[in-house]
Amino acid sequence: MDIETFRGVMTVLIFVAFIGMWLWAWSSRRRKDFNEAAQLPLAEDPPVNNKESGAES
Amino acid sequence: MNSQAYNDKVVRQFSIMTVVWGIVGMLVGVIIAAQLMWPALNFDLPWLSYARLRPLHTNAVIFAFGGSALMATAFYVVQRTCHARLFSDGLAAFVFWGWQLIIVAAAVTLPLGLTQGKEYAELIWPIDIAIALVWVAFAVVFFGTIAKRTVKHIYVANWFYGAFILTVALLHIVNSLAIPTSLTHSYPVYAGAVDAMVQWWYGHNAVGFFLTAGFLGMMYYFVPKQAERPIYSYRLSVVHFWALISIYMWAGPHHLHYSAVPDWAQSLGMVFSLILLAPSWGGMINGIMTLSGAWHKLRNDPILKFMIVSLSFYGMSTFEGPMMSIKTVNSLSHFTDWTIGHVHSGALGWVAMMTVGALYCLIPRLYGRTSMYSVKLIDIHFWTTTIGVVLYIAAMWIAGVMQGLMWRATNDDGTLTYTFIESLNATYPYYFVRLLGGVLVLGGMFIMAYNTWKTATDKGAVDNPVLEPSPAT
Repeated sequence: MDIETFRGVMTVLIFVAFIGMWLWAWSSRRRKDFNEAAQLPLAEDPPVNNKESGAES
Repeated sequence: MNSQAYNDKVVRQFSIMTVVWGIVGMLVGVIIAAQLMWPALNFDLPWLSYARLRPLHTNAVIFAFGGSALMATAFYVVQRTCHARLFSDGLAAFVFWGWQLIIVAAAVTLPLGLTQGKEYAELIWPIDIAIALVWVAFAVVFFGTIAKRTVKHIYVANWFYGAFILTVALLHIVNSLAIPTSLTHSYPVYAGAVDAMVQWWYGHNAVGFFLTAGFLGMMYYFVPKQAERPIYSYRLSVVHFWALISIYMWAGPHHLHYSAVPDWAQSLGMVFSLILLAPSWGGMINGIMTLSGAWHKLRNDPILKFMIVSLSFYGMSTFEGPMMSIKTVNSLSHFTDWTIGHVHSGALGWVAMMTVGALYCLIPRLYGRTSMYSVKLIDIHFWTTTIGVVLYIAAMWIAGVMQGLMWRATNDDGTLTYTFIESLNATYPYYFVRLLGGVLVLGGMFIMAYNTWKTATDKGAVDNPVLEPSPAT
């Protein structure tokens, strides 16, 4: 395989991998895992209040 | 120390030093901005000359201020999202003291004129070796903590921090390969155009991974934390991560337009820079939209204001960057103060404001308080920084475009319309506005130092217990 064909094949492979990553991330099977992971920063430490006092409605 | 508690000591140390080095780095920046206005301010001392203080400024703000902030938050975030104490307290302490020693070594050698002459990689080879050692220890502590996590998932912030740590190790080692000729001098192993390519592969990825991926890790933890809601789209964050890290690697040659570097390499750098707009804005949208449905929080939470304005600057500078990488635009902007404006839109607007926001969120938690000593002072800090940054970058934009136009203007007979000194003269008012903006940003850091001092000395240090993972995870 000459270098130009190789470059063409690589471009296609990377493009397919990119589309595949979108499909993987958007698959409904990921939803539960992603929702769990997204909660990780929130479950934490004692509550902290950094609002200006009294201004919160 | 209780092994059931998080190692917050190293986080506290790095957090405090972030504030200290922020003041030092920005003070040096203000000094050199004043030197451009009044050159006599170098007092004819070689150690205070612009050429020696400028790398001191860039190293201090990027590696001392930014680096300490990244290490503080990486150690905090990885423990909290993995529900595990740091992998090794001893190594973590080594990372802290090693990094501080490297910063001090930089602050001594650069004013002495000891330099490798590579931008953002000026430090001489013995310090480069120390950086490599400390960095490997940093990686061991970080990835070791991920390995001992008690939850299934590796939160997306850790992916960004991890990419930042691995890539900076690679960049630093490859770009710093040199043959020493004495304790303080060396020659790079690369020569000519190859050296330039390696240098800007390093240089732009220092932007892409040190100043972007690392701070995106910070964003993905602290924006949801402060907004008290999960990130807008977790799956977008996955695509954001892979797209961003695979594209940033190739953008470096845009620093070498119209140089001896092959034309195809320049075009490659330009095209990849243009593509970078997509993942960059994906990340910006993901951060900002986290506040979707909770915009009212911006009204009375100055920390969120810092974060959202930071993301706005991120969006602006990641639009401006690809635009400036277009060869025809670059032929106007290169070597002008427009570049300086662009860098500070990213460094002050995005990096510093995100850091400050994250620290204001973090510091009370490290000292057993529910909030900073004064929320009002955070608000004042927010406004001094925002006004300062806007003054700074607007002045540099105008100055830069003006310089570019003056330098390229020609008369009918082909001679240059303006001498260089005329363009310099025309720049003075903007240098003054820039100095004013810098003073405002520096002033804000002093306000932060006071607020941090009062917060830290109120109840003293508190180590938080390791939280049991919630049953869902």
